[in-house]
Amino acid sequence: MRELADMLSGRYGAREWHDQRKDLSSVTVDASKLRDVLTWLRDEAGYAHLAFATAVDEIERKVFRLTYTVHNYGTAHGILVHCEIDRDRPVMESIHRLWGQAWTYQREMREWYGIDFPGSPRVDEEFVLEGWEGPPMMRRDFDSLAYSDATYAERPGRETRDPAAYMKEKLYPEADA
Amino acid sequence: MSDKKGKPVPLANEGLPPGERGLFCDAPPREYAPAAKIVEDFWNWARSQSLWILGFGTGCGAIELRPLMTSRYDMYRFGIQPRPTPRQSSVFVIGGYASVKTLKRIVRSYEQMMGPKFVVALGSCTINGGMYWDSYNTIKRIDQYIPVDVYIAGCMPRPEALLAGFQELKRIIRAGKAEGQNLYARDFERYKANQKRVIKDWNMPDYNW
Repeated sequence: MRELADMLSGRYGAREWHDQRKDLSSVTVDASKLRDVLTWLRDEAGYAHLAFATAVDEIERKVFRLTYTVHNYGTAHGILVHCEIDRDRPVMESIHRLWGQAWTYQREMREWYGIDFPGSPRVDEEFVLEGWEGPPMMRRDFDSLAYSDATYAERPGRETRDPAAYMKEKLYPEADA
Repeated sequence: MSDKKGKPVPLANEGLPPGERGLFCDAPPREYAPAAKIVEDFWNWARSQSLWILGFGTGCGAIELRPLMTSRYDMYRFGIQPRPTPRQSSVFVIGGYASVKTLKRIVRSYEQMMGPKFVVALGSCTINGGMYWDSYNTIKRIDQYIPVDVYIAGCMPRPEALLAGFQELKRIIRAGKAEGQNLYARDFERYKANQKRVIKDWNMPDYNW
């Protein structure tokens, strides 16, 4: 694994190599190098399978962290390749030519986080939502409760209780004494 | 809408492309005019003995319907059985939370069911949103969108509770008080307005019959 880490840092300036488990490591690269890194991992290092791609909204740092999981079936080892993009200008290079299934993940990120992937097939189509008109709902500045209150009718009379206190009051009232 | 004397106003079906509007029904639902009491009582007894459930699991609660088919709970002894299509069903079991996407299918399936039809809503989510009370995509009470005859509370209700709910539904039907279908016809405009308020991409007929 050390060799691979050195190779990635030497070739692409990859940093923060971290062995999370015996069969899983993570590494961070610049967004502009991501496609080269994934191409190299796929073609030269045996990481032929793109298992997953998703985004994390790090609103405090004003970035989206994109994570691509690639897997090597020969060594049964996986790598999480992280990169960060500006939250105010969420555009990322598409990798659908490296792995055909990547456009599905990219379409998901487009709908849920508003990250654009120019050139990715069907990227602007609806993914899981139908007729959604609000902002991308997985962004952390989207207020789900306020949206829900404004959109869906509520049945009056709903009460919220602290479970521990309520059970004590109902089941063991003598415990207070 | 259900003016028994005059002809009802045809529905606009504005969600459909103009060329397809003629292919679908444009009549709103009409209320059921009951027969003489003794006949209607007999029919209601017969209806209550033959509840056919629409096999459409609309939420996580649908998992509680499976044990009812097994020999342990055996809903068939009450005359309850699942059917594969809305056209053959008389009971729609809303199985818990309904997202907006599912609600669209619920409305469509409910309207396609033949009368007399009844709705059993199970789980807290159908009553007041349950654990999805702050979800951006889940409605909080189903009775804003389709009429409900019986609620079964719980998260999840056990199969025994479901059987008790079905017994309650039978009692209501026999008493002639299962008026959901008529309620829907009477308040059609209100229900439709509520549905269209949350289903933003309305691309189906106004009444799916």
